[in-house]
Amino acid sequence: MLEALEGSQAIARAVALCRPGVVAAYPITPQTHIVENLSKLVADGRLETELVSVESEFSAASVALGASAAGSRAYTASSSQGILLMAEVLFNISGMRLPVVLTCANRALGAPINIWNDHADSMAVRDCGWIQLHCANNQEAVDTSIQAFRIAEATELPVMVCVDGFVLTHTLETLEMPDQKLVDAYLPPFRFSRMLDPKHPLSLGTLVGPEYFAETRQAHHRALLDSVGAILEADRAWQAATGRSCGGLLTVEGPEDARIGVLAMGSLVSTFEEAMEVLPGRKKAKLIKLRAFRPFPDEALRHVCEGLTDLVVVDRAISTGFGGVLGGEVRSALLEMKKAPKVHNVALGLGGRDVPMEMWPRLLAVPKEVEGFRILDLDPAKLEPADL
Amino acid sequence: MTEPASLRSRQPRFRGLEAGHRACQGCGEALAARLVTESAGPDVILTNATGCLEVFTTPWPQSAWRVPWLHSLFENSAAIASGVEAALKAQGRRTKVIAMGGDGGTFDIGFQALSGMLERMHNVLYVCYDNEAYMNTGIQRSSSTPHAAMTTTSPPGKNRMGKRHMKKDLLSIIAAHHVPYAASASVAYPQDLRRKVRRAMEIEGPTFLLVHSPCPLGWGHDGTLSIEIARLGVQTGLFPLIELERGEVASVMPIRNPVPVVEYLKRQGRFRHLFSDGDHRAREEREHLQALADYNIERYGLKGDGDDPLDTDGADTVRRGGPART
Repeated sequence: MLEALEGSQAIARAVALCRPGVVAAYPITPQTHIVENLSKLVADGRLETELVSVESEFSAASVALGASAAGSRAYTASSSQGILLMAEVLFNISGMRLPVVLTCANRALGAPINIWNDHADSMAVRDCGWIQLHCANNQEAVDTSIQAFRIAEATELPVMVCVDGFVLTHTLETLEMPDQKLVDAYLPPFRFSRMLDPKHPLSLGTLVGPEYFAETRQAHHRALLDSVGAILEADRAWQAATGRSCGGLLTVEGPEDARIGVLAMGSLVSTFEEAMEVLPGRKKAKLIKLRAFRPFPDEALRHVCEGLTDLVVVDRAISTGFGGVLGGEVRSALLEMKKAPKVHNVALGLGGRDVPMEMWPRLLAVPKEVEGFRILDLDPAKLEPADL
Repeated sequence: MTEPASLRSRQPRFRGLEAGHRACQGCGEALAARLVTESAGPDVILTNATGCLEVFTTPWPQSAWRVPWLHSLFENSAAIASGVEAALKAQGRRTKVIAMGGDGGTFDIGFQALSGMLERMHNVLYVCYDNEAYMNTGIQRSSSTPHAAMTTTSPPGKNRMGKRHMKKDLLSIIAAHHVPYAASASVAYPQDLRRKVRRAMEIEGPTFLLVHSPCPLGWGHDGTLSIEIARLGVQTGLFPLIELERGEVASVMPIRNPVPVVEYLKRQGRFRHLFSDGDHRAREEREHLQALADYNIERYGLKGDGDDPLDTDGADTVRRGGPART
């Protein structure tokens, strides 16, 4: 049934459909509406879960860790500084191979403090060993939230579902919410193979010295690489059940013979899709939507880049002193191609700066303008000349 | 006829923490952890803060634990215990959760998570093994380190007499959470410690146990003297053994004959600088520490008005561990 729902409300309801045993909640803008909605669902008796309203994001992640180790499906959500405060625990959750699901309502990092959207937070924990999936719209946010539990439990890897703060979390969209029966069939009850249980006592989180440490890292790396299969399977099964796909690892659209490609993640993809359709006099270009940032789908990426002469990679985060994070990764992935497109890396929409559809033609002009990396939507008038 | 000692050895006793771990000789924390898990029984899940206990019990691929055990980080033992407890509740399991940490992980870096756990009323027993410094990293001062004690980050010198600040009164802060039960205990009084663990285990809700646990390496004494020194800590009034119910003092272990604090101090290298000849600062600090002990005795009414079978002399059933005090 179609419903008009705010992104956060829809995500909360999607999470509730997954019957989490434990939800740990701590408020931070723009994630707050998600935990508020979950709290209301609990208060109204529509969600049976242990809702733990913790005293920090650090404890939110820790509660999810403990709950997962004790065999419950565990969920939490955060943004920005909250993700950074969780960072230590995030590495722990994945290192212990616990299938926690977290929604990251993407927001900029301070200083200067800024509550609006970019991808600095999830990029800052890029190496935390989680699967990271980005959502282009709120329907994908709903569908990916549910898929995330299936992927996490199949791989024993935690999954971070990235949704653009405000742009998605605070926007009303007409959405198709799946019913409980469908989700129950898609997502069987959680059975954790290494559950803490006095009948079978295990020690979890032990000290590992140099004799074994590299092997634990290799096993974790291998699991993340192999999770490609679980991500594709979860999306295929979801499509079979609902008719909707979120695009697996990545998707490409646009004319076959286009020689310019634009690669983006998150809600920017929806903006550019719209621009491709409605803006007059458009140049031929392909739009690549990257859904899986971790594991990084380098093989699939090389495949869709065949035939391109130029690829514009749009970052919504900057690694200061380097450039775009995504740009750097795409460049290294394409090095193995015989005829790789030239990569032009731009950042857009930092700290919530609006990215209108009119940015699309400008992006298509980027191959002639930008060598290396540039923040494309800067206003030079607001900068000291030396900072340009 | 069977000797009592042999009967005792044949008595089945649950061991949560096995022998063969890698703790130092005379480690108070290892002894305390054994006593706690022994008294708690097999139907528990433990969480453990980073520290000596985690390191010496679980060098992969070995583990000394016979009960399920979870370690994550230094500062989140209480928070992961909250998560485990929430999951058990969600699944309808009755297993008790025991969170453990040292004084660094409890008084300092894990303090916020502990406060949150107590405030939310999780059904968890939190046990702090208090050896009064960061021992795992090599003896640095914590907020639990006693005033004037020497550590590697509170060394004595021309301008300093060891730690400048006071030992944090953690139990009073725990009491302010109005938890059903909180207590202090000492490895020198194992019967009392066992009783307090059993008491806490029976309570539905957050409970807290602060266990004074000597560290021979950090305190600077022979491993054979751990019990002796822990006992003196109690008998001087420096580490009072008390029980709190809903934030109010419910009982104390009376001191039969308060021992002057110098008897406790002079046996430990960490207080050596308090005995340098002719240093008036040393005398002042000794007097200061005596005043702190006197304050505890006064505040908790520790001086019993007659001999009590359960006072600090009567309750002491452990006579091994070093020469008797003269």
